[in-house]
Amino acid sequence: MSLFQIFDVSGSAMTAQSLRLNTTASNLANAESVAGNPRAAYKARHPIFASLMNEFGATGDEDESAVGVRVLGIVESSAPALVRYQPDHPMADAKGNVYVSNVNSIEEMTNMIAASRSFQSNVEIINTSRDLLLKTITMGARG
Amino acid sequence: MRVSPDIFGNHELGLMVRARRAGVLAANLANADTPNYKARDLDFSSALEASGAISDLTLATTNSAHLGGADRAQPGGDLKYRIPFQPSLDGNTVETPIEMAAFSENAVRYQASLMFINRTINAIETALTGQ
Repeated sequence: MSLFQIFDVSGSAMTAQSLRLNTTASNLANAESVAGNPRAAYKARHPIFASLMNEFGATGDEDESAVGVRVLGIVESSAPALVRYQPDHPMADAKGNVYVSNVNSIEEMTNMIAASRSFQSNVEIINTSRDLLLKTITMGARG
Repeated sequence: MRVSPDIFGNHELGLMVRARRAGVLAANLANADTPNYKARDLDFSSALEASGAISDLTLATTNSAHLGGADRAQPGGDLKYRIPFQPSLDGNTVETPIEMAAFSENAVRYQASLMFINRTINAIETALTGQ
């Protein structure tokens, strides 16, 4: 029954989107973090999404349409850390440089809005499916 | 008067196909941000035309050791890939507004079929109680 599988599918998408929001929050919080060397500087993290085929067909009625989302992993951005000349900074190296995280705030903001919108549309799908199911179980009722 | 055995007409099958389509569209929306995911849908009118042949497709077994082969045919037939209006760079063909619109339309039509079934049941009940 597909209507019940929608809860699993949309639920997995909401989990993935909230993880995306988590990484965005972490990136934005560390947007101004500095370090004494380029390797120690904070790197922006991004989740990688992939489809999850046939995970929810365990009840016997396998349906190729039940495609959830899973998070394959979280990758760190390979963009170089920003170098800032700040000789009076306590973490500055011998040349007077500190290394700021490579987080792109604009990219993170757009990511945040996209994740939020996707989450909302999945909530809407779950609400609609629940209404349909509730109406179906009262089939044949008088009134 | 004799009550026909298929008093609900196409609506019984309609509910199954609509429920399956809701699942397909929900999967599309769930994967709106998955790279290389291809949006899919099913064609309702061709599903209705093929409705007679849904459960007739099982493997023939000529030996007791043969596996019967589960009937994998689903109401509504095979899924088809959607042709995107604006393909995105990551290979994803889900267009959220289109999927949302299709999902809402599908939900309304599901409720319509449900209402037809409910009214039929009520009509028969009225006939039975004779009031």
